[in-house]
Amino acid sequence: MDLNILWFILIAVLYTGFFLLEGFDYGVGILLPFLGKNDTERRALINTIGPFWDGNEVWLLTAGGATFAAFPNWYATLFSGFYLALFLLLLALIVRGVAFEFRSKDKNPRWRALWDGCIFGGSLVPALLLGVAFANLIRGVPINAQMQYVGTFFDLLNPYALLGGLASVAMFTFYGAIFLALKTTGALESRARDAAKRLWIPAAILLVLYFVATYFATDLVTRLGINPGVIPIGMIVLMLVAGVLAQRGWFGWAFLMTALSILLSVATIFLILFPRVMVSSLNPEWSLTIYNASSSPYTLTIMTIIALIFVPIVLAYQAWTYWVFRKRIEAKPEALTY
Amino acid sequence: MDVLTLSRLQFAITTVYHFFFVPLTLGLALLVALMETMFVVTKRDVYKEMTKFWGKLFVINFAMGVVTGIVQEFQFGMNWSEYSRFVGDIFGAPLAIEALLAFFLESTFLGVWIFGWDKISAKAHLAAIWLVALAANVSALWILIANSFMQEPVGYILRNGRAEMTDFFALLLNPNVLVQYPHVFAAGLTTASFFVLGIAAWHLARNSNPEMFKRSFTIAAVFAVLGVGLVILNGHTQAQHIYQTQPMKIAAAEGLFETEQPASFSVFTIGDRTGTQEIFSLRLPYALSLLACNNLTCRVQGINDLQAQYAAEFGPADYVPPAWIVYWSFRAMVGAGFLLLAFALVAAFFALSEMLDNHNRWLKFFPFAILLPYLATTTGWLMAEIGRMPWIVFGLMRVEQGVSPTSDVFSVGLTLVGFTLIYAALMAADIYLLVKFARSSGTTQTNAKQKGALAMQPAE
Ligand code: HDD
Ligand code: HEM
Ligand code: HEM
Repeated sequence: MDLNILWFILIAVLYTGFFLLEGFDYGVGILLPFLGKNDTERRALINTIGPFWDGNEVWLLTAGGATFAAFPNWYATLFSGFYLALFLLLLALIVRGVAFEFRSKDKNPRWRALWDGCIFGGSLVPALLLGVAFANLIRGVPINAQMQYVGTFFDLLNPYALLGGLASVAMFTFYGAIFLALKTTGALESRARDAAKRLWIPAAILLVLYFVATYFATDLVTRLGINPGVIPIGMIVLMLVAGVLAQRGWFGWAFLMTALSILLSVATIFLILFPRVMVSSLNPEWSLTIYNASSSPYTLTIMTIIALIFVPIVLAYQAWTYWVFRKRIEAKPEALTY
Repeated sequence: MDVLTLSRLQFAITTVYHFFFVPLTLGLALLVALMETMFVVTKRDVYKEMTKFWGKLFVINFAMGVVTGIVQEFQFGMNWSEYSRFVGDIFGAPLAIEALLAFFLESTFLGVWIFGWDKISAKAHLAAIWLVALAANVSALWILIANSFMQEPVGYILRNGRAEMTDFFALLLNPNVLVQYPHVFAAGLTTASFFVLGIAAWHLARNSNPEMFKRSFTIAAVFAVLGVGLVILNGHTQAQHIYQTQPMKIAAAEGLFETEQPASFSVFTIGDRTGTQEIFSLRLPYALSLLACNNLTCRVQGINDLQAQYAAEFGPADYVPPAWIVYWSFRAMVGAGFLLLAFALVAAFFALSEMLDNHNRWLKFFPFAILLPYLATTTGWLMAEIGRMPWIVFGLMRVEQGVSPTSDVFSVGLTLVGFTLIYAALMAADIYLLVKFARSSGTTQTNAKQKGALAMQPAE
């Protein structure tokens, strides 16, 4: 295996880590106005992800940085091409990030409502846009021979990509509801359980629809064959299993199955892409690949050494923090950290 | 306005804005870690109160640093795609390493610190804030390694139409970063010290919670002297280094149009509109020679001379940065630096001679001094970055070659206005919160209740 392939896999791993962690984070943000009936409950919901959200978001930053280091042309074409979409994503992440720290620092109900709105919007928009972006990556976008994106913002909003966006919103919301069912108590817990049971249906339907559409909108068939193999099939099956488990009230298992289904979704996308990193809809020759977009072997070697040392360390201490904050959050003012 | 101007304006606004929050994070993380260390060692409540008070302000500032940093991470690809293609092989590495080594550590352990007060042992909690402080300062190191490549490219070869890395360690030990990093580190310490001094002085002048604020003031006074001292000494070294590597920047910073030997230092210069001649100048003889090369008689090249030399080396073009910005930025930074030195010495004198109670009149000035480090850090970056123009990577790529060819005036204009508006709104919210918490004395009613609760707990 050459280093270009290794880096393709590493970047897939970074995005997987991001979606596995930030996925339920976004879900909690989207559910905030629906499950939290009063200020204390909303604070309790936020506290379920309070210590984690920033560390989770760094997975995206690292994926971005790693793309820059390992595949500079991918970084350049993607971010200059998806310009306005990225701008919206950044705005959402900006307001979301400050909202977590600012919201409880003033008692005025309008102040809190403002930032709660920012948390909701700041979670919904990225969940949608990231789904749209990944759908476009495999569907193909107009890229010319000079590796420049020559489409417009609206080219990104095609029906297939929008379906991908909706599917990711639905999956993350479902995932977030299960997470909350595991991390809250009392009334919040039972509301989260109900939400998870209900949200599973749209999540599963959208995922299946998106998967079927992928047969037609991308070159999945030529890449993976009519029977695409165990990874995409597993993604669907695990999502269905997760639903059954949630209906039975086995939320720990449902959480695990949803997480695995998300992992396999990211794997499916990268499988369809490989060895390309951005598909050109104008001419297959003009696609960006792990070879024509990559850094020099020297840089890849240096980066490989660093990644192999530090990614496990990061995993270890992040796992430790989840263990430290493993207790359920009670919606009682005296028990909450602000 | 064209795409290039808009892109530059956008980069300047978003980056300067990011750097409003960065220095305070760098320095205050260290000071808060120190305060908590004192608490863990002495077990005295006053240090816990101190840690919580400054820690709260730290967290508010940190949030702003984080969200503005996210924009930075993606901007190079958005507006500077050709630049990214050209240097990605080198420049992407420190950025990725920064995220992997520093941002993960920083964000994860800040979460532990904020939410972990009663979940982990006092020692583990202390370790968390030290890790945050370490990570913040390590992140600065990596980003400056990246920036230094633009100022002084090293360890590369031009191949395949781009700059490719040939020596990772040369990149790490770039002579430019060796002078730049200590300067930025000291700037952070200075910013944080003056932040603490100013707010503590405000409280002392009102006699609110003097016990805690006197101690805060004393700690900050010590670090203010150290910080300013280091930033000035190092600034001198840095200027000498720049004089070797980017003489045009020094010439612009000095308003020196014609080569001089020995060179005089400009106290006040006005150039003409073409930027090639001076109209009026007040100069200290020999002083620039001294500043640039530590002797009284060396030759310092002027702008016109260097322009001719660069044109011969790189082909005919305009190689003169907007001299007046560089010139006035440099003066603002240096001026702020010496004012800060004066303030720091006065603060240290008050603190060490235990005269804090009797000097209410003088204490009133310290809150205003909080602005000085912000002025210095902003103008410092303006000088460093604008003084490098027209190069985006010195000697290798000009700024107009780096801009994204797919950008159009509408999109860049829209995002420029969008970022500026949202940043302005956030700044208002940020300042509102900072002022609100800075004015609370640390023992407001809710805090008093918490203190009561603390007292009832068994000793920690
Ligand atoms: C508290 C902040 C602060 C203070 C008091 C000073 N500076 Fe500074 N200066 C910075 C904060 C700063 C900075 C923001 O950190 C910069 C921008 C880039 C850098 O490396 O540091 C900078 C840049 C910078 C540069 C340009 C370096 C380059 O082109 O890369 C020079 C030559 C100096 N400084 C010199 C000085 C001198 C002679 C000072 C004497 C009083 C001084 N600085 C005070
Ligand atoms: C690693 C760190 C940094 C990198 C890689 C970097 C890179 C760049 C780039 C690509 C530009 C292009 C726009 C132009 O040339 O006009 C630029 C300009 C600029 N940068 Fe930096 N920068 C860094 C740090 C900073 C910081 C921290 C500041 C200050 C807060 C700063 C201030 C500026 C300013 C003011 C400009 C505008 C110059 C002009 O418009 O002429 N830079 N820099
Ligand atoms: C222009 C290039 C820069 C980029 C791409 C960049 C990127 C980032 C990013 C993505 C974050 C958020 C990390 C998180 O979520 O925790 C951040 C924060 C931070 N950056 Fe920057 N940064 C730049 C310039 C600088 C410079 C020049 C310094 C220091 C000298 C610096 C120091 C920091 C620090 C200390 C933080 C911690 C959060 C805070 O500011 O409070 N950055 N930066």
